[in-house]
Amino acid sequence: MMQEDNVREERSSCMCNNNDNIREEMITKIKELNFAVIELGLYLDTHPEDEKALCLHRRYAKELKELKDKYQKVYGPLSIYYPCNKWRWLEEPWPWERGNF
Amino acid sequence: MPDQKAKAILNDIGTEELAHLEMVGTIVHQLTKGASIEEIEKAGLGAYYTDHGVDVYPQAASGTPFTASYIACKGDVIANLQEDLAAEQKARATYEKLIDLCRDEPDVVDPLRFLREREVVHFQRFGEALRGVQDKLAEKKFYLNDTLVNNNASILSTNDNNCNCK
Repeated sequence: MMQEDNVREERSSCMCNNNDNIREEMITKIKELNFAVIELGLYLDTHPEDEKALCLHRRYAKELKELKDKYQKVYGPLSIYYPCNKWRWLEEPWPWERGNF
Repeated sequence: MPDQKAKAILNDIGTEELAHLEMVGTIVHQLTKGASIEEIEKAGLGAYYTDHGVDVYPQAASGTPFTASYIACKGDVIANLQEDLAAEQKARATYEKLIDLCRDEPDVVDPLRFLREREVVHFQRFGEALRGVQDKLAEKKFYLNDTLVNNNASILSTNDNNCNCK
């Protein structure tokens, strides 16, 4: 009995850690892509004819959109513009409370 | 704004700067959250704590509250862009001083280094915008004489009359 409980606990904490890792990996990638899009956007404002920058912007913006959709489906909205059936916007922690680490 | 590029860069950098304010506020919040009265006093935050607790209040390092008078707009595109360029350099210098003061706290220094780099990029983009505006203002101008303008105007008004939508 005792042993069974331990196993269950271990398994659940392991799964939880694994989920946290996936979540952290995803949010880090989202932040990276978000930054790349902002930086390329500023560059393109003063260099609108640069084909290479435009191509990179297109690629990163598409990747960002897809990854954000995927993340928000599982972990809740990143902004108030994400449609949802249950109001998950109130869930804590918020970014400055070390949420979405 | 006489130039599309400058208009876009002002809009986009302005938006990014508001996000930077959020980052700086987050640093202050995380550093003061759960701090004991002794720690607050020792950090020299006694006066701040008296006025604001550990809320995030926009003020200069010396304690002067932020006011709208810090925002300059002169109604002159060259003066305004030069002001923006100077503001980026002042922000860069401020971050460098903060990095000096926080040298033993990598968790604080890393975001400050990021913010400093952004000011350098913004300075570069504002410089390009300013050059674009200066080039545009230096372009030769051509003027139509009154007869031509009047003729065009009468053609336009005739076209208007031919339009069936009343």
